[in-house]
Formats: sequence, C-alpha cells, structure tokens
Amino acid sequence: MATRVETAVSVDSVTIHRRAAGTVAVVGNPNAGKSSVFNRLTGLRQSTANYPGVTVERRVGRGVFGKTSLDLVDLPGTYSLSPNSTDERIAVDVLFGRVTGTRRPEALLAVIDATRLYQGLYLLQQLVELGRPMIVALTMTDAAQRQGLRIDYAALQEALGGVPVYPVVATTGRGFPALNEALGRLLETPAPRVVEHWAELRKVAAQLAERWHVGGVDLHPIEVERLLIDAGTQTAGTQLQEDLAAARKQLFGGAPPLAVEARRRYAWVRATLARVETPGSLVVSRGAALLEWINRPWPATALFVLTMALVFQAVFAWAKPFMDLIDAGISAIGAAIGAWLPPGALNSFVVDGAIAGVGSVIVFLPQILILFLFIIVMEDTGYLARAAFLVDRAMRVVGLSGQSVIPLLSSFACAVPAIMATRVIPNRRDRIATILAAPFMTCSARLPVYALLIAAFVPVRPVGIFNLQGLVLFGLYVIGILGGVGTALLLRRSVLRGENPTFILALPEFRMPNLQTVGLKLLDRVRVFLKRAGTVIFAVAVVVWALAYFPRSAAVDEHRTQARTVAAATLTGAELTKRYAAIDNEASAEHLAQSWLGRAGHVVEPVFRPLGWDWRVSAAVIAGFPAREVVVAVLGTIYAVGGDADEQTLAGQLTAARHPDGSLVFTLPMVLGLLLFYAWCLQCAATLAVIRRETNSWGWPVFAWTYMTALGYTGALLIYQLGS
Amino acid sequence: MSDLKPGDRVRIDTIDTADPAVQRLMVLGLVEGAELKFLRSSLGGDPLEFRIYGASISLRRAQAQHFHVSQLGAHGNPG
Ligand SMILES: Nc1nc2c(ncn2[C@@H]2O[C@H](COP(=O)(O)OP(=O)(O)O)[C@@H](O)[C@H]2O)c(=O)[nH]1
Repeated sequence: MATRVETAVSVDSVTIHRRAAGTVAVVGNPNAGKSSVFNRLTGLRQSTANYPGVTVERRVGRGVFGKTSLDLVDLPGTYSLSPNSTDERIAVDVLFGRVTGTRRPEALLAVIDATRLYQGLYLLQQLVELGRPMIVALTMTDAAQRQGLRIDYAALQEALGGVPVYPVVATTGRGFPALNEALGRLLETPAPRVVEHWAELRKVAAQLAERWHVGGVDLHPIEVERLLIDAGTQTAGTQLQEDLAAARKQLFGGAPPLAVEARRRYAWVRATLARVETPGSLVVSRGAALLEWINRPWPATALFVLTMALVFQAVFAWAKPFMDLIDAGISAIGAAIGAWLPPGALNSFVVDGAIAGVGSVIVFLPQILILFLFIIVMEDTGYLARAAFLVDRAMRVVGLSGQSVIPLLSSFACAVPAIMATRVIPNRRDRIATILAAPFMTCSARLPVYALLIAAFVPVRPVGIFNLQGLVLFGLYVIGILGGVGTALLLRRSVLRGENPTFILALPEFRMPNLQTVGLKLLDRVRVFLKRAGTVIFAVAVVVWALAYFPRSAAVDEHRTQARTVAAATLTGAELTKRYAAIDNEASAEHLAQSWLGRAGHVVEPVFRPLGWDWRVSAAVIAGFPAREVVVAVLGTIYAVGGDADEQTLAGQLTAARHPDGSLVFTLPMVLGLLLFYAWCLQCAATLAVIRRETNSWGWPVFAWTYMTALGYTGALLIYQLGS
Repeated sequence: MSDLKPGDRVRIDTIDTADPAVQRLMVLGLVEGAELKFLRSSLGGDPLEFRIYGASISLRRAQAQHFHVSQLGAHGNPG
C-alpha cells in the first residue's frame, strides 16, 4: 500500500535509559480496565503525545518486568479489528504497524473483562490470528465472582490456542505478580496456535498477499483479510481494489462481509463460552434493585436534571472563590512587580502583557478542573453513557444523538474542553455538527460582558417573581442555545446531511469511581487543556497588549506630566491621589486612542456604525476577537476608568458616552444588539485552534468563525435598525 | 425486536443486514442464535436497552426492527 510507512527504529518520546527489549500493545474492549492495567504496569513512567494527524492520544509507558524492560502502548479500546471511529482506527493501524513513529508491536497484552467474555472472545479470536506472542489479563474477576460467574481458565487458554490467561483485579492489583512475571517472558512466549476457523478466507487472503507481493505491495495475509472484510475503509490502488472486489464476490456472494464474519466468529464464541463459563445464579441485591429503579425513565430524568444542576452549581459557584483568589493574587503580583520595575514599555509588557496573560489562563483552571472532575467521574461510574441513553430521543429532534449532550453541556463552562469531549461521537457528521454548535453555548468568558452591560442598561424591575435583569441573562442563555441548536439543525440538513445518526452504545455497569483512575485522568486532561488552550490564550493576551500599547505618543506623556504638576501645586492628600489616578486613567485612554488598536477602532467604525457603535466600542470588540473576556478591560481603559475599575464605575461611564453628534451611544437597541453579537460571535482563538485540531482541517474553523460573526453582526444590525 | 416488554427474553432468528449500523451491532454480538433480554426503553420510548451475555447494549428502534426474534420461555438464560 502506498500510504504505508514503516519505521524500523522506535522514535518513542519516552526518555529511554535502557533500550526496551520490545514493544507490547495493550489491546482490549472499551471499559475493560485497560488504562487501569496500563497504569499499574508502567507506574508514572509514561508519556502522552498525539498520533500524527489525529487528536487521539498516544500513551506509551516503560515497564520493567524482572530483567526485561518493555515499551507498552496503550491502544484505544476497540471491539474488533474493523474500526468504527478514529480511536478504533488508530488501534488497528498501530497493531499493523501502519502509524509513523510507532513501532509495530512485537507482542500483545489483551485486557479482557471477565464479566463480558462474550464480546471479549470475539476480539481475542481476531488477535490470536495475528500470530504474535500474547497473553491475556482477565480483569473484573472480582465483579465476576460477585455475580457468581465461574470461568475455567485452563479451558479458556486451550480455546485460545494456548494463550496464557491471568485473572486480575486491576483496581486492587490482585493477580499482578503473576502477570508481571508473564510479561517478563512474553517475547519468548511462542505465538498461539491459530485455530483454523475460516480456511477459505485464509486461503484467498494468502493468495492475494502473494500476488501483490510480486507487484511490490507488502501486506500480511491478516491485513489482506481485513481489507476483504472491511470493504471501503481502506484507500488502495485500483488494481488492488479490483482484486479485492473479485475475491469478495467469490467469498461472500452479495452478503455484507462484516455480517458474515460476525456470524462465523460468534458461532465459535458461543460454543467456547459454553465450555469455559458457568453463569451464576443471579441474586438480586438491594443495590441492583435500586439501580434498576433509577434507570426507569422518570427517576432517571430527575437524576439527570439534578446531576446537571449540581455540575453547573459546582462549575460556577464552587469555582468562584478560587477564581477571585487567583485574580487577586495575579493583580497583587502584577502591582508588586509593576512598582519595582521602572515605568515604561518593559514594565507594561511584564505586568499588562505577560503576567496578565498567565493570569487569564490560570483564572479558568478552577472551572476547568471542576468540570473535568465531574465528566471523568461520570465516565468512570458509567453514568455518561446512561445520560446519553436518556436524552438520545430529545437530541434526535435537532439531528444529533445522545452522545452530543455532554459536550454541549460542558460548553456552558468552556467550549475548548467541550470540543475535546466530542471524540466519543463515532459519526463524523454528528461530531462536526456538535463541534460547531458548542461555541454558541454561553461560556463563562461571556459572563463578565453580559454582567457589565446588563448592570448598566437593564433596569432592576420585578417581572412576576423574577427580575428583569435575571430574565435578560436567562434570555441570553436561551439565545445561545437556539443559535447552537439551529446551527446543528441547519448543518444536518445541508452540508452534513446524511442518514439519521445511529445510537449504538455499550452501557457499562455502574461502578464506584476509583480515586487513582480519576486522579490520573484529571491530571492528563488538565495538562492537555493547558497545552492546547493555555498557549493560545497566553499568546493572544500578549498580542492584544502590544496592539493596545504601541505606538507610544510622547505628547500624551508630556501632557500627563504637566497635568500632574498642576495638580500637585493645587491639591493635597486624598484629593491629590484621586486627581493623580484620574490623570493617569485619562493618559491611558489617550494612549489607547492612538495605539494600533485605537486606530483600528476608527478604521472599522464605519463597518459597525449601522449597529450604533462608536470607535471605542469597535476597538473593544476587535480586541475581543481573539479572546472575548478582554473586552471589559479594554472598555475600562478606553473610557478612562482604568482597566481594573469595578463594574459600577464603568457602567456609569458607558451610560454617559455620546456620539460626536451628541446622541447617546448606549441606547437600548444598541445594547441589546451588542449583547446578541456577543452571544453569537465566535470570539475565542483557543476555540478556533481546538476546532482546527479536532477536525484536522482549516475549513471548519474558518467556516465557524465567518458564519458566527456574520450571524452576530446581522442579529445586532436588525435589532438596532428596527429598534431605533 | 422493536416491540417487546421489559424483561422479555428473545432469541434472534434472522437479520436484515443491509444497514451498516446493523452490521456494527452484529460485531457487538447481535447475531442469529444469540439470546437477549430486553431491559427497558428510554424516555420517549427510544432508544432500547438489551442485555446480551453480561453486556448491555443500547440501540434505536430504527435498527432494532431489522432483527427478527422469537420469544424464549422464562428459562432462557441470556446472562
Ligand atoms: N471492580 C473492578 N473494577 C475495575 C477493574 N479494572 C478496572 N476497573 C474500573 O473499571 C473502570 C474502567 O476502567 P478503565 O481502566 O478506565 O477502562 P478502559 O476504558 O479499558 O481504559 C474504572 O472505573 C476502573 O476503576 C477490576 O479489575 N475490577
């Protein structure tokens, strides 16, 4: 195959002290306990990076087993060698050595859930046929025991052509000494005897492999088998395609190859299961009865609403004190360093650029941490899948599936982790529709802008049992949801049209969350977030600072010095301090007015004039395009109340602002339009960067930005023009 | 297989395999001869949840209707 790249030498990013004796792939069904096993075997000697071209994380770890050290590659969970999602494709590609930079694993460690042997055996049979040294770690043996399930390990080993089977409990470490020892001998373990189960397929595949080999295409017969069965999933030359089509016709007639394979293999699985497993008498415990009740539609709905309310409460209320603390800490550090450095460009860069930039990254951390914590716990307990099951019907109305609900809910905190969470959605069209709907949800960075404008322009007036201000805020959330849902619907009806998404999901059993698993996953995701979003947010902060700082005008500084001298001559004490502050703020505002940013505001003002904005608002909006949360600070500077001024002061300035012709800038239609603009506009470089990574294209982020900006602009225009 | 009562135990007799989603389900073990227990339907009657030899799988009615099943007595034992 033309696209195939084999690297003979491992370029693993693990710091290699000693050369590993070999690479072992850790393979298994999703949720079988693979990461738990992997973590236990490698400890913290592991590293994560991305596979080239996709956002699937590549986890590699070094394990030392007796005298042997091995590189373990934790592959994404899969049910078979017929990939159904990006994750599964990577797992299969790594197994066949088709991924650049990752060595073809010499041996396999299969991680199989003892309570779900039925599906486990299917994958095991396929793995055995790869003909590499292999052992099985049979996890969840504690749960199997509780269910009264009895497994004949010797019979299982025999059925797998001699592959050794090690019962373990990945959460407690039971059975690991024996597993460790077996891993030490793994490379010398003979490959399993392949149980001939489909001679005809084997023969045809071998013939094709031979023929293609002569033509210069080197494929293992098993790879050819996969090409034969997973029709249309591979891009190969036309000659190969013709050969495959002919062979398929001969082997399967008109039947779908995948269906034929499933039938044959599961026939073997059922026969094997009957020999190796004795089902227990199902005792219904009280816990099970409760879980059963909780799973009924209405209790489940109530639980879902409660859970989501708790998540929101946690993300917004619990994180608040920490965010305030970080904010205060950053300001204090900035002030201290600002006082210590001589005034000038360097001072401003360090305080307003670098420190403020770092601050704007870590101020989000409390929320992100709490959000991730909830998502991971929901994942680990199996609740995430339950929630998806529950809301699937409702999501179908907008052309999505239940699996979109958690990403969409997460984006009320921040679209970046939300878009990262869309990876669980196997259907690409579904996934992209979800990615494009996510940035519409009211994220926490929009809140300061909403709070400012609402406090300034929406009167505190009771409406029924509610307050008008609260209602407007609620309305903005609704507008965001409508925008997102409408977009998903529109996309699914046009460019992303396709058959209704399916909803095939394995629903894991409820499990108590494991502290260590949760902790490790949390660290991992936060690290990825900091890398993905943190770097962008920081860079943006520095760039915006530079645009607002340069070029410096000597005239403004001179004017400021003069004003200060005059003030010092006439005032004293607190009066003087106040006057100084006012002078400084005015100087900042004048500097900003003739900075690149201020000039840009003047340049684009004509574009925004139909929306009722003056050059100041235009400049603030431009500054907000890479990161919407900076808008409030820019407005603060531009209206000469200082970047750190509280809402009240700034709100006062805004209500008084006038156009050159004397009319008020912030009229009600203009404010409502501005709010709508914020609700719908994609003003976040970090989100764009994440969309670009997750869709692996420039087209989608460019589309998302253009579309959302156009939508926000049009909305604001209509409201202003109709309202005035 | 799309109109069952919770608790019903069934065996799959025949499958219309044309839908790729149906083929995915077959890879997950919903093949002819497999025995399942219908657990519940979700809010609004869809999707459905089945238990198959110890594992739970959910699918929509649209896919379920491609599986033709016969009811088992109370003694069927799909895990
Ligand atoms: N009772 C029990 N739970 C386990 C065992 N192995 C893993 N788990 C839990 O099963 C869940 C899924 O494990 P994880 O390692 O994330 O599975 P993966 O999706 O295959 O990587 C986690 O909550 C683990 O704590 C085990 O042997 N026994």
